[in-house]
Amino acid sequence: MNFAFSEEQEELRRTVRQFLESKSPSGEVRRLMDTTEGYDPAVWKQMGQELGLQGLHIPEEYGGQGYTFIELGIVLEEMGRVLLCAPYFASVVLAGNAILNAGTDAQKQALLPGIASGDTIAALAFTEPSGKWGADGITLTAKESGGAWTIDGEKMFVIDGHNADLLVVVARTQGTSGTDGISFFTVRGDAEGVTRTPLSTMDQTRKQSRVEFSGVAAEPLGTPGEGWPALSKTLDQAAVALSNEMVGGAQFVLDQSVEYAKVRVQFGRPIGSFQAIKHKCADMLLEVESGKSAAYYAAWAAAEDNDELPVVASLAKAYISEAYFHATAENIQIHGGIGFTWEHDAHLYFKRAKSSEIFLGDATYHRELLAQRIGI
Amino acid sequence: MDFRDTPSEAAFRDEVRGWFSEHLVGDFAALGGRGGPADEEGWDVRIEWERLLGADRWVGMSWPAEYGGRALDYAQQVIFNEEYARANAPGRISFFGEGLFAPTLIQFGTDEQKRRFLPKIQSVEELWCQGFSEPNAGSDLANVQTRAVLDGDEWVINGQKVWTTLAHRADWCFVVTRTDPESKSHHGLSYLLVPMHQPGIEVRPLRQMTGSAEFNEVFFTDARTARENVLGPVGEGWKVAMATLGFERGTAFLSQQLGFQRELTDLIEVAQKNGATADPVVRDKLAGHYAGVQIMKYNGMRMLTNLLHTGVLGPESSIGKLYWTNWHRSLGETAMDVLGTDALLVEHEGDGDYHLDDLHQTFMASRAETIYAGSSEIQRNIIGERVLGLPREPR
Ligand SMILES: Cc1cc2nc3c(=O)[nH]c(=O)nc-3n(C[C@H](O)[C@H](O)[C@H](O)COP(=O)(O)OP(=O)(O)OC[C@H]3O[C@@H](n4cnc5c(N)ncnc54)[C@H](O)[C@@H]3O)c2cc1C
Repeated sequence: MNFAFSEEQEELRRTVRQFLESKSPSGEVRRLMDTTEGYDPAVWKQMGQELGLQGLHIPEEYGGQGYTFIELGIVLEEMGRVLLCAPYFASVVLAGNAILNAGTDAQKQALLPGIASGDTIAALAFTEPSGKWGADGITLTAKESGGAWTIDGEKMFVIDGHNADLLVVVARTQGTSGTDGISFFTVRGDAEGVTRTPLSTMDQTRKQSRVEFSGVAAEPLGTPGEGWPALSKTLDQAAVALSNEMVGGAQFVLDQSVEYAKVRVQFGRPIGSFQAIKHKCADMLLEVESGKSAAYYAAWAAAEDNDELPVVASLAKAYISEAYFHATAENIQIHGGIGFTWEHDAHLYFKRAKSSEIFLGDATYHRELLAQRIGI
Repeated sequence: MDFRDTPSEAAFRDEVRGWFSEHLVGDFAALGGRGGPADEEGWDVRIEWERLLGADRWVGMSWPAEYGGRALDYAQQVIFNEEYARANAPGRISFFGEGLFAPTLIQFGTDEQKRRFLPKIQSVEELWCQGFSEPNAGSDLANVQTRAVLDGDEWVINGQKVWTTLAHRADWCFVVTRTDPESKSHHGLSYLLVPMHQPGIEVRPLRQMTGSAEFNEVFFTDARTARENVLGPVGEGWKVAMATLGFERGTAFLSQQLGFQRELTDLIEVAQKNGATADPVVRDKLAGHYAGVQIMKYNGMRMLTNLLHTGVLGPESSIGKLYWTNWHRSLGETAMDVLGTDALLVEHEGDGDYHLDDLHQTFMASRAETIYAGSSEIQRNIIGERVLGLPREPR
């Protein structure tokens, strides 16, 4: 039994942290969050060319570096810590894993090298206006005629949909319901019949769009109608990835709270000497550390690709969603008035935490999923 | 990162499993996992079982070989305890002797003291109790007022201890006393080892909210112990007492997780049988407890890895105590939700009888866990000050 990162993994963390601290300071986050694209193409390019981050967990045969979900988790944790504005989660985690899970070998050969190098930005269009995260939320229809497929319908909350060169779209074949008929397709972002509308997001550091498809010619990814296992796995992996990202932000706001509690003086003493504040920090630490244990363990299960994955994915997403939000909320309270300003970063983490909590299903949703998965 | 047993860990696990399948039979198996510091269920069977463990050196498994131990490392101790919980073996009774006193003795005792006391702990011939708390010294343990003075070759002790678990069963007590009458706070204390069976000691049971009486008041009126029965230097008992508390709060929890897991599994079974799992709120809570108990395991594995690498358990072990006590307390509350109106009744065998089934036992006994061994508030102070470096309160 050994629950620690290797020296090489710690080194990766140091390198990524250094890079992100110089490329994504708060000022940059604020500059980018006011743009429609919401990321810096030059930094994106450096991430791919200098650090190879986009291809980190993609197998070498598909142009990646062949590392695992553990390394991916480390990188995401660091990104969450600084609220990096980039289409990384959309392209590498959501679309990249969908292609890995659903695609044929030839499709992986064709699509993944671009994602791995960062030259292609991809997005996964799966959620619809209903906001449902399970199979029954997929209603966008796919029709076949003479071996050619067309898709019609609307996708919502598509992370970085408007930035994507490549859209991976989840549809259902006509006349099916539930987990039957779920199908993956790929479409170029600027294909004929695709309308993309950037949305005004509560969390401005992560962009979303509405994507409408009207009689769009689409290329099947894997076998149409048999996509549910791949989608389910992609969502579990995404929940694990997001959990790792969230603990990075949670640790950051805990540090911020503790730092402030040591220096802010009221009634002639640092506010951190008051138990009301001290105990909040202690509870935050407990939840952040527990969240890390869950996130790292889940990353390991995803790396091993073992049967624990569905259970630990829901478990981690449920626990960490609440822990992260709680930490960001306490951080505002501990800062008092300054914590309520636009100028202070506390609200950026607060908003990221709430939208991460809701994205992929909130804690209640995942606890129900967990109940089913452990046979309750 | 790898959560599988190493080959040597796997071999050790097999050995332990083999031992249980051979010995955990008959009355021992029938008792199940019942019994603990606040639960005297099945006492006689448990004593016998504990002696069996001692005979094969599972009591004292971490001690050095020269004192009869197996010198097992932390990883092996955890494996043993995991298998113990998996086998659903009877609740241990040597917690105070083996779990708290023995490691303190090994750290601070003279060779003579170790040879005098350790073998009888292992053979379960002598049981111990912990004489720390007093009416005016609870969380503020340094306020101890029980006095001891030397009279020739003996210490003479006067004062009162309270909440002393199993004092009515114990043969010896490790007692924090004030040996310097002029001293205040944590100065001038000594850690004395006092035989319980003597005229100067009176034990009065205190009935707990569970209905039974595992803890007691202990009155010392010219009670005596030999001069050499002081652990560590005279006047430096605080340091020794802190070490005991370290063991109490430290590694003990690493091995509890599987027992908790079992309690949850049993509760889920009850909920499935009585239909409570149809209620979405109950489902949410049960799944939340499941997440919680798994994370308890992951936390434990991280701490254990750290312990194996550094050899010391840092103040972050406070997180462990705060975590498991809260988890267990809320499990107890959910158990009542699951029972619904069945929660309204306890077992009853005659006038004045008040007997708890396992779920009511969890519901009630868990209230003590956030109080003893450093209350949750004290744990949060420790985490805030020693882990996060927040300023202490002005005194
Ligand atoms: C079932 C059980 C078994 C026990 N067994 C033993 C035993 O075998 N031997 C033994 O010596 N003792 C034993 N104890 C005693 C236990 O260690 C004490 O109860 C504990 O230390 C708390 O002390 P107290 O009861 O005096 O409460 P107090 O210290 O008076 O605490 C009352 C409340 O005030 C809070 N509080 C106190 N100080 C602070 C502070 N600085 N900041 C914030 N909040 C504070 C506490 O958290 C608590 O909520 C046992 C207790 C129980 C419940």
